[in-house]
Amino acid sequence: MTAMPRADRRSRAPYLFVAPAVLLFLAFLAIPICYAIYLSVRGLRLTGGGVFGTREEVFVGLDNYVRTLTDPEFFAGFGRLALYGLISVPLTLGLALLFALLLDHAGTRAKRFSRTAIFIPYAVPGVTASLLWGFMYLPSTSPFSYLTQELGLGEIPFLGPGGIYPSLANIAVWGSVGFNMIIIFTSLRGIPAELYHAARIDGASEWQIAWRIKIPLVAPALVLTGLFALIGTLQVYGEPTTLKPMTTEISQSWVPLMNIYRNAFTRDDLPLASAASVLLAAGTLLISVVLLKVTQKRAFGGMQ
Amino acid sequence: MSAAGHLLPHRRGRILPTLVLLIGSLYCLVPVAWVLVASTKSSGELFSTFTFAPGTGLLDNLRDLFSYGDGLYLRWTANSALYAVAGSAFSTLISTLAGYAMAKYEFRGRNILFYAILAGVLVPGMTLAIPQYLIMSEIDLVGGYWSVLLPGLISPFGIYLARVYAMSSVPDATIEAARIDGASEYRIFGSIGLPMMIPGMVTIFLLQFVGTWNNFLLPYIMLSDENKFPITVGLYTLLNKGSSQPALYGIAIVGAAVSVLPLIALLLFLQRFWRLDLLSGGLKG
Repeated sequence: MTAMPRADRRSRAPYLFVAPAVLLFLAFLAIPICYAIYLSVRGLRLTGGGVFGTREEVFVGLDNYVRTLTDPEFFAGFGRLALYGLISVPLTLGLALLFALLLDHAGTRAKRFSRTAIFIPYAVPGVTASLLWGFMYLPSTSPFSYLTQELGLGEIPFLGPGGIYPSLANIAVWGSVGFNMIIIFTSLRGIPAELYHAARIDGASEWQIAWRIKIPLVAPALVLTGLFALIGTLQVYGEPTTLKPMTTEISQSWVPLMNIYRNAFTRDDLPLASAASVLLAAGTLLISVVLLKVTQKRAFGGMQ
Repeated sequence: MSAAGHLLPHRRGRILPTLVLLIGSLYCLVPVAWVLVASTKSSGELFSTFTFAPGTGLLDNLRDLFSYGDGLYLRWTANSALYAVAGSAFSTLISTLAGYAMAKYEFRGRNILFYAILAGVLVPGMTLAIPQYLIMSEIDLVGGYWSVLLPGLISPFGIYLARVYAMSSVPDATIEAARIDGASEYRIFGSIGLPMMIPGMVTIFLLQFVGTWNNFLLPYIMLSDENKFPITVGLYTLLNKGSSQPALYGIAIVGAAVSVLPLIALLLFLQRFWRLDLLSGGLKG
């Protein structure tokens, strides 16, 4: 008799524990996505015809998707994003891995200082980082252009047509290299030291140990950091928006999210913005899943 | 650490790695040093003197900053603190509860929930900002504190990490023993699960805190009243207006310098409480 209510309580407990998360998940992730999908098949159309026609919201099928996918500016935004990501993602991961390996290297000095210094930009918001770097790019305040001008080489076109991509990528690298370094470093620390001892006895150099033992063993951490770098690239918004007042190179629709923002709030075309949001979210999910499948690393334990 | 030291007799094995790391450190510190120096310059000096030469206008700049818009800057700081501290604290608690339940109980819908959370990790939050705005405007919350706080409470990544941490740090045997002693499930969570998960919770809190503090798009979309802006949106508006009123550039720079310092201090102080091995530890499954 007494066992029954307890078993009942026990079976109810997990539902109560997950209830707040489930409710919030529904309210701020699931329902917005469904609402965006609903809106994306709606559109304002003139009905009645002539000067007496009124604008009415009606079902328009996949019109907004067709408009998004045939909008050259939306694709150009992805092209710019790709160029930016091609610079920022490999550099972030490469530098993070290099710094992590050096921190793990026995002979390195000033480890504590370097680790902290490289981690510091993580505390600086992307908008603030863009503001700092923006002034360091601006010819009148740039210390780098000051030097090149003193040397008679003229100013560096950080914010010019070609310079804008590396300049923006640099802000991303600066802001995220430290965090990724720490993730890879903690992963390196988890490798049993015996593995190195055995390799050293066999006459392996430090380079060989790094290349043959350390890097393969931290591959799951690299996949995870790569995935987050990729997701981060697809949602770039704050950095180019902050730099926009400083350069003519950045248009109102420079990256996909800026394009979506403009359609939603400047042009008041919420259905079109919704369709583009849905495509961007679905595309990101697809790319992530493909990346995880291709690398075959169980980056998210328990995905099996 | 020193055990391997004797295996590295070459000085080159010490100097080169140290040098590369120090160059990396310099790269990371230069912008911070720049903004600290620039914040000491008067608006005339900002565009005329060598950028790393200290100026004479620090006190004037600080006065301008704190008096701008009747103390708007302090309001922005307070708002950022509210969004980040309150939002992250509740978010951490919600994630911990859900992660603990998903790790320690078998219940119907657990797998669906897990895949939903995983999809939530992979769908970038920013692509949801517009749909979230639409929902918020349907229920008339746009423009208020809640419109920024509420979407920040759900963190799929936080739930995911809490689940990983609960699996590895709360032994099933301990829970079972407490059950035999007659403790209720809620009591078991409160006096066994929760205390054991605190190191993981600190990490989840800090990740969420930095994420919220750094967030720009969500508050930028949701808010229109300057008095409710967090510091990121506030600094952006200063910079944006600065292209027509150069005096605001100076305020934006001092504002950036003043906002960066406490956060760096906080990060340095909290560094040892971070358990980022939680992130890489979760990878092995």
